[in-house]
Amino acid sequence: MEKTITFTLNGQPKTVTTDPSRPLLEVLREDLEMTGAKYGCGEGRCGACTVLVDGQSTFACITPVGKVGQQTVLTIEGLAPAEGLHPVQTAFLEEGAAQCGYCTPGMILETVSFLKSQAKPTEEQIRSRMEGHLCRCGNYPKIIKAIQRAAGTGQ
Amino acid sequence: MNAKESTFSNVPANPAFDEDQELVAPVAFDFGLDRRGFVQLLSAGLLITTSVVPALAQQRAGRGAGRSGAGAGGVAARLQVGKDGIVTVFTGKIEMGQGGRAELTQAAAEELRLPVSQVRLVMGDTRRVPDDGVTAGSRTTPGTVPVVRQAAAAARQILAQIACERWSVEASAVEVGGGRIRHPASNRTLAYGELAQSEDLPKAFARGQAEAALTRPDDWKVLGTSVRRPNYRDLVTGAHQFPSDLRRPGMLHGKILRPPTMGAKLTAIDLEPAKALPDTVVVRDGQFVGVAAPTSAKARAALEALARTAQWEAAPHPSSREVYDYLRQRARGGVPSNPFAQELPGAHRVLRQTYHTPYVQHCPLETRVALAEWQDGQLTVWTCTQNPFGYHGELARAFRLANDQVRVVVPDFGSGFGGKHTGECAVEAARLAQAAGRPVLLKWTREEEFTWAYFRPAAVIDIEASLNAQGQLATWHFININSGGAAVESPYRIPHSRSSFVQSETPLRQGSYRALASVANNFAREAFMDELAAAAGADPLEFRLAHLENPRLRAVLQEAARRFNWGERAARKSAEVGVGLACGTEKGSFVAACVEIAIQRPANRIVVRHVCEVFECGAILNPDNLVSQTQGGIIMALGPALREEMQFAGGKILNPRFAKYLVPRFSDVPVLDLHFLDRKDLSSLGGGETPLIPVAPAIANALHHATGVRVHELPIRLPGPEAGHPGA
Ligand code: FES
Ligand code: FES
Repeated sequence: MEKTITFTLNGQPKTVTTDPSRPLLEVLREDLEMTGAKYGCGEGRCGACTVLVDGQSTFACITPVGKVGQQTVLTIEGLAPAEGLHPVQTAFLEEGAAQCGYCTPGMILETVSFLKSQAKPTEEQIRSRMEGHLCRCGNYPKIIKAIQRAAGTGQ
Repeated sequence: MNAKESTFSNVPANPAFDEDQELVAPVAFDFGLDRRGFVQLLSAGLLITTSVVPALAQQRAGRGAGRSGAGAGGVAARLQVGKDGIVTVFTGKIEMGQGGRAELTQAAAEELRLPVSQVRLVMGDTRRVPDDGVTAGSRTTPGTVPVVRQAAAAARQILAQIACERWSVEASAVEVGGGRIRHPASNRTLAYGELAQSEDLPKAFARGQAEAALTRPDDWKVLGTSVRRPNYRDLVTGAHQFPSDLRRPGMLHGKILRPPTMGAKLTAIDLEPAKALPDTVVVRDGQFVGVAAPTSAKARAALEALARTAQWEAAPHPSSREVYDYLRQRARGGVPSNPFAQELPGAHRVLRQTYHTPYVQHCPLETRVALAEWQDGQLTVWTCTQNPFGYHGELARAFRLANDQVRVVVPDFGSGFGGKHTGECAVEAARLAQAAGRPVLLKWTREEEFTWAYFRPAAVIDIEASLNAQGQLATWHFININSGGAAVESPYRIPHSRSSFVQSETPLRQGSYRALASVANNFAREAFMDELAAAAGADPLEFRLAHLENPRLRAVLQEAARRFNWGERAARKSAEVGVGLACGTEKGSFVAACVEIAIQRPANRIVVRHVCEVFECGAILNPDNLVSQTQGGIIMALGPALREEMQFAGGKILNPRFAKYLVPRFSDVPVLDLHFLDRKDLSSLGGGETPLIPVAPAIANALHHATGVRVHELPIRLPGPEAGHPGA
């Protein structure tokens, strides 16, 4: 059964008419051509699909699109200001926190929402908050450094 | 196309190791092809099936030029200079996060005396680039970097020559730098871009052989520095398009009907219910059944309709519980007996042990994906692969196309680890696109990746060794059954030593993996070395050094022990904390690691707290990338060392999800203490694999240090179940 769902995507109003049970990730990628959020597992175990829904980090692969009606969705494409980069993007760039980069959009968006709730996390807090995000390239040490740099707690 | 009966097999009979121990075993597709059409094609002279190399690439550089490291043909095969002064370099290597794009850009920039921003690299497009072989086996550094440097150095020489001719001056009178040729005496300059305006340059490039002198490591300005991959910024903005992000006009999404169990045969299916769904293309070609629809959701619905009517005939399949016996029983030619058996009765001590390592999955974060498009009989596939020319050949064979009718394009993709050498996803996408008459994007799900991609082979390893009365190794007999011969030879000095690899019949489809068999071989050898040291009453470090002659291996081992403070930490005894060490050599590079583990009770968990690794791979080309590769390799290796293992029974993979197959997460990351011995006097070697090999045995040895329990199997576990993994 199709439904019409309206939400804000990266600052733009969007309306889709579709089966509301479809995963938000698929609708973003296939219907709205916003491919920054990636598929990694489809079961909420890798974080590659992370987007911000009303500022909260959310696994788009297990979020039915019907759930985000009237909400704001932010993907990596909408994070940077018109000029330059978001400070978390800058920190990831400077620390070399990406190898293949496939996990990077999810890692960055998780960090953005994390640092909003906890401006100066300890390394333990970083690890525990990021635990749901996989980096198969094993670039975790540089990702931790990037988060510390963005939080201003790096050495 | 006539739906004649065709065969489709997921377990190749004879997986083949190539000369570099890469294991590439493609799925055999045999689509039902109208025989009459086939003959007509033949008589029209369109069918070429013997060679897999596109004519252009062959012309350009000769097959595998970059792979062997031999000089390429004309410089034009490798690079072009644009009128804007930008140099475009062509390579059959690909980028998946391992750093080849930065390194090859540096190689060209160094020899052309250019900033890296003036170099563009075209990678993995079989229509445009020479065949540089599979991006695997740490071969980009020792194989392709020298070839690119040669071509770039020759190009620099040719550019300078042309300028000299124009000015009628001696070659020694000009300087090259910053993309210009300068004649200081007359204060004249010519930019590369200006030289590219005339026809002389491409002509000279086409003639030019790559024989100019290379820049000595002591004079490197770009190589040896930490250059980022040129498209790095796009990774943090989301602008980079991975293969799974690509779109084509009119594109459909594909899904493939998989057997419910491995080896099952489709005996009957009703396509009609799926065909009745709107906008849905359904294909059956023998055992191949798939669908394509405008969205993944619609394709899934059609697939479910097909699955409901499909009937299968199951095939017997062993379970992971019995797999080691299965492999041993099927060892080809039997398990060799110890050739030094007559020495054993007189030996002071004889030790024997069997080691097991299971099948594991690469789990690249981006699953297999291919976007296929047919246009006027031409097939183009955008995909993620470490083996673009291998895919090219597989596609040409599956569809009986001439080489120049196929093009494989590989955008930088989301990791591979040796897992993306075979092109089944590309063939499947192309078959769907052929039937649909529209481009089709096929993305494997994680579960498909865990089930239908290939696995790192399981290993059964037998070792028997003897010690003389002085506690020295006297004989050594080592057999790897099934997993491969990489690093099978012992690096230790032993008077009588024989090591061999014996093939077997694999119940799972197996293939390459980062550092492939060297992980299992080094695990078994280095764990056993500790048992021998104990039998000889020696410290594990001293015992190794007493049997090591290779100065490079001694150097990394001694340095790791020194930095870790081995002697003191090994002397401390605790039931909760253990230390262990291991070393090894693979692909010409040398590594040693000391680790400290903690045993957490009651969680019954082994926590690796500290890894001190020393690595030497010749002259370092890109220090920052080497750090990434080394720490990433160590972290990746923690998975199979501690938790990863495919479980299967009745032809089904029982743990095909990240919730059940536990790969390393943030909480698993130890303190990493990495040191690199930069040997500018030695040629450069790849760094993406060897750092993995000491990890598992060092942990095994640390576990014994704490608990007195010897480890003979991966993953390493404490007796009794582990409480939930924090990430699960
Ligand atoms: S794809 Fe959503 S968590 Fe893995
Ligand atoms: S950088 Fe490759 S998965 Fe994280």
